[in-house]
Amino acid sequence: MNQLKPGVRLRSAVCDTEVVVIAAPAAEVTLSCGGAPLLEEGQEADASVTLETGGDGTQLGKRYTDEDGVLELLCVKPGAGALAANGVALFLKGAKPLPSSD
Amino acid sequence: MNVMMVLEMAAQGFGDRVACVSGEDSLTYQELYDAAGQVAAYLRASDCDYLAMLDISSLALPIGLFGAAWAGKPFVPINYRLAEDQVAALLPRIQPALLLTDATHTASIPGGVAVTPIARDAFIDMARSAKETVKPDWHMDPEEVAVLLFTSGTTGAPKAAVLRHRHLVSYIFSSVEFGAAAEDDVALGTVPPYHIAGVVSVLSSAYAGRRVVQMPNFSPGGWLETARRERVTTAFVVPTMLAQIVNELQRTGSANLPRLASIAYGGGKMPAPVIESALSLFPETGFTQAYGMTETASTITVLYPDDHRAAFASDDPAVRRRLVSVGRALPGVELQVRDGQGNVLPAGQRGEVYVRGEQVAGEYVGKGSLLDAEGWFATRDAGEIDDEGYLFLEGRADDVIVRGAENMSPGEIEDVLVRHLAVADVCVVGVPDTHWGEAVAAVVVLKPDATVSVEELQGWVREHLRSSRVPQSITFTEALPYNETGKLLRRVIRADLATGH
Repeated sequence: MNQLKPGVRLRSAVCDTEVVVIAAPAAEVTLSCGGAPLLEEGQEADASVTLETGGDGTQLGKRYTDEDGVLELLCVKPGAGALAANGVALFLKGAKPLPSSD
Repeated sequence: MNVMMVLEMAAQGFGDRVACVSGEDSLTYQELYDAAGQVAAYLRASDCDYLAMLDISSLALPIGLFGAAWAGKPFVPINYRLAEDQVAALLPRIQPALLLTDATHTASIPGGVAVTPIARDAFIDMARSAKETVKPDWHMDPEEVAVLLFTSGTTGAPKAAVLRHRHLVSYIFSSVEFGAAAEDDVALGTVPPYHIAGVVSVLSSAYAGRRVVQMPNFSPGGWLETARRERVTTAFVVPTMLAQIVNELQRTGSANLPRLASIAYGGGKMPAPVIESALSLFPETGFTQAYGMTETASTITVLYPDDHRAAFASDDPAVRRRLVSVGRALPGVELQVRDGQGNVLPAGQRGEVYVRGEQVAGEYVGKGSLLDAEGWFATRDAGEIDDEGYLFLEGRADDVIVRGAENMSPGEIEDVLVRHLAVADVCVVGVPDTHWGEAVAAVVVLKPDATVSVEELQGWVREHLRSSRVPQSITFTEALPYNETGKLLRRVIRADLATGH
């Protein structure tokens, strides 16, 4: 369990996925990817965890959010695992293409 | 957070795409990433705390911006049009620094200042000598300073605005969709590196995956020729540039730019006749107006292409008027208009514009944060918001003319005068007046071969506005003073009027 801070970069213990926290709820939340908890910089993976298959994996540059829309993660490196918060799968947030303003 | 994340993602997502074209030279996103890593190693091995850039746009701009971010040292672009003594006054404020520049500027480094020059070509060669892709090892502290930008100093000594990684990254993440550019999208970059739009466009182009063709020296003919040759699809211009392009086309004929899907503009007030002419001259092009400032990490409101066309086609004055609005707040940005006592005003009432959001920095070196306790930043711009959220700017809050007990904005009087057929450009300021405190004075530039009397112009204003708005004096001049990024220098006009020029 962790209180998430926007701007923190996390990596999957079981696949190539890396995400950055864009927005986070005040409450503590456990994030996972491919069934294993996401790791902060310097944290080592537990050797016993293995990739839980299923889902489409993560896509570079896509945003992932929860049912409440409070949590938002940005995928900065794609991988095979699926993201979840407190065991509930996160889903892809719809793109909102805007014309370039600069 | 670190702005290097933007480039890291670009290199992963579309590393083979061309990032930047400068003359005959170019870089892909992967090459740019490798070059940034090389610069980071160079900066870390040096004893410099800053990477400054006193030069026109070149490949060194994206390389330097990202390389400095990777090294954890602020990137400081400096206006290369400043006089030697002005540059000499700024350099001691950012030492020790590595100064990316050209031969003509090396001489202006004053003695005793810890600023080491490096020539543009030597810098690019050093950056491109990378043998391998370096593993990401930049700091992720969002509070680290990414960019220092000296304000243009139109109202005093230049202040160094602080932009931290979190301001720039949150602007990019909230306003640009990753990889949104098509493979053949090409942006034409004309804004100089020392302007916030020049800095931010490096980041937004990388995140969108767009190729940028740099054009360091703007001319309207050169702009049109480059846009055709490079098959440009999107361009950003300041209002004075668009006015020159419109003039050129009115002289030479059709734009003939079928691939130009989008023109974005900002950085100053766009006169209605210019944007109206541009909409006719570029019938297939979408126009986007962006309003923002250095202190807000660039754009905070946008008037989209659909807003432009809807306003241009409408007979409803309230909708038509939106053509001169700066649009609505970006997602994640909040706006307020407050009166002089700090009370929040309802829609349609004029006051000072305040802004709040993740990208809003509002900080200067040595002055700390200027945000209030709730995170709001006073823009010093006067304006009002209509009932659908469109923001209308009325000039700087300091430029408001107080005549008797009445406050009036120069903008509303200028908007009327510039619609007179004989008027090409106009500036309205307040001048000291023994009876009223301040009186309204207008300085007018006529169109070529046009003539009009002072009385006729005064009558024109009286027809459209309250009589208190009628300029007491109107003088004619050849051209108004603008700085090179299109900011009208009102203080110069006020000083000229005071001394009778």
